[in-house]
Amino acid sequence: MDFGPSDEPVALKILIAGGFGVGKTTLVGAISEIRPLRTEEVLSDRGIGIDDVEGVEGKTTTTVAMDFGRITIREGLVVYLFGTPGQERFWFMWDELSYGALGAVVLADTRRLTDCFPSIDYFEQRGTPFIVAVNCFDGAEQYEAEDVRIALDLDPDVPVLLCDVRRRASAKNVLVTLVEHSLKVLTASQR
Amino acid sequence: MTQWMDEEAGPVVRPYALIGGRTRSSGDELDLIAMVTATGAVTSSGFVPGPEQERILSLVTTATSVADVASELDLPLGVVRVLLGDLQDHQLISIGRASASERILKEVINGLRAL
Ligand SMILES: Nc1nc2c(ncn2[C@@H]2O[C@H](COP(=O)(O)OP(=O)(O)O)[C@@H](O)[C@H]2O)c(=O)[nH]1
Ligand SMILES: [Mg+2]
Repeated sequence: MDFGPSDEPVALKILIAGGFGVGKTTLVGAISEIRPLRTEEVLSDRGIGIDDVEGVEGKTTTTVAMDFGRITIREGLVVYLFGTPGQERFWFMWDELSYGALGAVVLADTRRLTDCFPSIDYFEQRGTPFIVAVNCFDGAEQYEAEDVRIALDLDPDVPVLLCDVRRRASAKNVLVTLVEHSLKVLTASQR
Repeated sequence: MTQWMDEEAGPVVRPYALIGGRTRSSGDELDLIAMVTATGAVTSSGFVPGPEQERILSLVTTATSVADVASELDLPLGVVRVLLGDLQDHQLISIGRASASERILKEVINGLRAL
C-alpha cells in the first residue's frame, strides 16, 4: 500500500467513563456500531512482561468485555470509542486505554454523582482532556450544568453538558464537545 | 481461566494455549489503536506463522488497528498482542501510529456533526 506521509491512516481513541449503569454502553451504541472486544489478562505477573512459557495453569486470568465502537469519518480516519470497565479490579486497564487517548467523556448521573469521582480524578491526574456529560435519566431531578460543575469541583475550563445518551443527536453533541475541547487543549499546549 | 465453548465447533482451544502461556511478546506494548499492516515479506528464519497469524496476515493487507484485529478474529487483546509481536519480530507486519494534528481534529469535528 502506498500512503504518503499525510495519507497515513489515522485512528483516534475516545474513552467513555463513569459509574456502573450511567449509560456508557448506551452512548457507544447510540453513535456507533458496537463490536465485540474482550481482553484476557494474566493478573499474577503484571508488569514483568516478556516471554514465559511454563506454568500457565498457575496464573490467574481475567476476562473483561469492553464496549467498543468505531465511527468512520472518512477512509483512513477512524474514531474508536472504548467504554472503560467499571469495576475497580480493572483499573490496570485504564493506563493502557488512556495511553494516547484524544480525550474522555465522563458520564454522570445526578442521583449518584460521586460514582464519577474516580474517573475525574484519574483523568485530571493523567492530564487526559475530558468533559463531564450529565445523563438525564427520567425521574431524576434536573440540575443545571453549572450546579454539577460546582458539586464536582471542576476546573472552569472543563466543559459540562447535559445529555440523553439514548438519543443519537445528543450522543453526537457529546462527542463534538469533547473533540472541540481536546482541540483547544492541543492548541494551547502548542503555544 | 474460563473454559469456553464455540457453539458450532464444540470446545475450543483456550486462547493462552495458542501462545504457549506467554503474556507479552518481545518488543513494545501495542497500543489498541496502533495500525498493523502486512509487509508482504517472506520469512527466511524458518518461522512459520500459525493459523491465527495467517488470519491476521490476510486481514492486515490493508492497515487495521490492533483493536479491530482482536474484534475481527474474536480473540482476546492480550492474545492478539502476542501473536502480533511474533509477526513483528519476523518483519511480517509493520506497526505504526499517526498522531492527531489540529487539521485532523477539525476534520473529526465536522465529520461527527455530519453523522
Ligand atoms: N431513562 C433513561 N435510561 C437510560 C439512559 N441512559 C441509559 N439508560 C438505561 O440505563 C441502563 C444502564 O445503561 P448502560 O448504558 O448499560 O450503562 P453502563 O453500565 O454505563 O454501560 C440501561 O437499561 C439503559 O437503557 C437515559 O438517558 N435515560
Ligand atoms: Mg455497560
